[in-house]
Amino acid sequence: MSGQIAFILRRVALTLPTLFVMSLVVFLIIRLVPGDPVRTMLGFRATDANVAELRQQLGLDQSLFTQYVVWIGNLLHGDLGKDIVSHAPLSELLAQRLPVTFELTGLSMLLAVAFGVPLGVWAASGGKWVNRLTEGFVIFGIAIPDFWLGIMLVLVFTGILAVLPPTGYTPFLKNPLGNLRYMVLPVSTLAVGEAAYILRTTRGAVKAVLGRPFVTFLRAKGLSPRRILFGHVLRNAGPSIVTVIGIQVGVLLGGAIIVESLFALPGVGRLIVTGINQRNYPTVQVGVLAIATIFIVVSLITDLIVGWLDPRVADGAGT
Amino acid sequence: MSRLRSTNAMILAGLAVLALLGVIAVAAPWIAPYDPEALDVMGVMGPPSLAHPFGLDVLGRDVLSRVLYSLRVSLLVSISAVAVATLLAVPLGLLAGYFGRWVDTAISRALDMMLVLPAMLMAITLIAILGPGSAVATLAIAMIYLPILARVMRTSTLVVTGLDYVAGSRARGASHLRVLVSHVAPNALGPVVVQASVLSAFALQLEAGLSFLGLGTQPPTPSLGGMLADGRDVLIQAPWVEIFPGLAIVIAVLAFTLLGEGLRRVFDPRGVAE
Repeated sequence: MSGQIAFILRRVALTLPTLFVMSLVVFLIIRLVPGDPVRTMLGFRATDANVAELRQQLGLDQSLFTQYVVWIGNLLHGDLGKDIVSHAPLSELLAQRLPVTFELTGLSMLLAVAFGVPLGVWAASGGKWVNRLTEGFVIFGIAIPDFWLGIMLVLVFTGILAVLPPTGYTPFLKNPLGNLRYMVLPVSTLAVGEAAYILRTTRGAVKAVLGRPFVTFLRAKGLSPRRILFGHVLRNAGPSIVTVIGIQVGVLLGGAIIVESLFALPGVGRLIVTGINQRNYPTVQVGVLAIATIFIVVSLITDLIVGWLDPRVADGAGT
Repeated sequence: MSRLRSTNAMILAGLAVLALLGVIAVAAPWIAPYDPEALDVMGVMGPPSLAHPFGLDVLGRDVLSRVLYSLRVSLLVSISAVAVATLLAVPLGLLAGYFGRWVDTAISRALDMMLVLPAMLMAITLIAILGPGSAVATLAIAMIYLPILARVMRTSTLVVTGLDYVAGSRARGASHLRVLVSHVAPNALGPVVVQASVLSAFALQLEAGLSFLGLGTQPPTPSLGGMLADGRDVLIQAPWVEIFPGLAIVIAVLAFTLLGEGLRRVFDPRGVAE
């Protein structure tokens, strides 16, 4: 038990340097822009006074070290700065955008796991044709770019069948059913590729466990295949499956950037893309910071779950 | 025996399709039926026909010609991105795996830092700093793959360095440089080649995604992602503008994947590149 706690503490401590490096990267975004970032942001029509004002507002006239300390201090107090186009506080903007990204990625992952894991188990324990069928799904699920799949889904479900709205968004709390109708296509778009990866990993992990001697022993003992699969094999294949799901969250968050733009969903990803096009660096910074933080936290949670599922991982880290 | 045959078939099929796509990309100016920029005002969004097998886009440009030209930038960006990443990753992984100790720690930690952001976010962050364009997209994709490839090279170097003939070569008085270049590197490269081929498929998708967002290849240069973005608003009226560039991406990605999987069976049976 104390080994488990030590493992948790060690793993949490490991995220601190990661968070630090990530914050440095985000901090430097605006400072690494070639030329004068303030002039780039304001455009060539800006007066010298405007430029000087924004430079001071962003603290760019101070030393790099002071800038970083002030920036981090503000972040920790929840002051994320202002959008330089709309002048809205970025904390408010983020509070509006985050739920959309959470809903999109959360539902996609749920759907991908709901399909990928059972199909993977089935593929590992099933016959030849199950294998061929799932193999085909894996190959195409990975080869088809998610945004193109999204476009084709729109073509079929809004163009030909006319059963779903093309693009747009209503908040869930305002109109739950309308919200879900808008989310079906973007969520499925993201979920197909993820499901393919999860299926492939589950199949591999379950197959590997099925070949281990203890499974032969359990069979010899006369346990039913069902009990062996659900009681023993899945438990042992669990850590690899959870690890891949955690890694795939990063891919999913990246995919969300494209899919939000494709389906005109007002999420964090779209905030970043429009921010880049408008040279709105403070907004880009906050968007990148938000997604990177989610990614780091999810990686942490995944590792903790793996450590809990497989105590050997926790012990190994403790020695 | 049948496994060997199917492995060879995979590699050959992947190579054949890629060679075909490469020839098309290089020869685009000679084989494209029209100028990719030529506007046919009367034929705007015209459906596929004998004169225009893939139809016309929203400005009346020939979709087939644009797809052929787009392959140039798509293949150029994805292959050069992976090539740059591999050229940097091989020496880094070699040094880290061969010398171990602080060399390994320094290189591995530095590479870990590059994995702090998810791939797509990393690419977008670099583009936010340096501005959109195919050159920046190439650099961004190379930066994403560098740590992955270096890690594979490190692992495979570790395996090879532990083999007897390396120790034997050192014992006979060969210098570190000689051992690295003529014994370790050639034997450790297999898994990296496999991984590079697999990553080329993802690089192609990534380039298309970035161009789709307007952050990769910039108009007027035709790119597959850019074409998909252009036709997005007329999807229902002119689906051919969206279908054909997407199919081109899928075919190229499948070819790289096929090649990668085939190479994996030959060069990396232990699965170092996984």
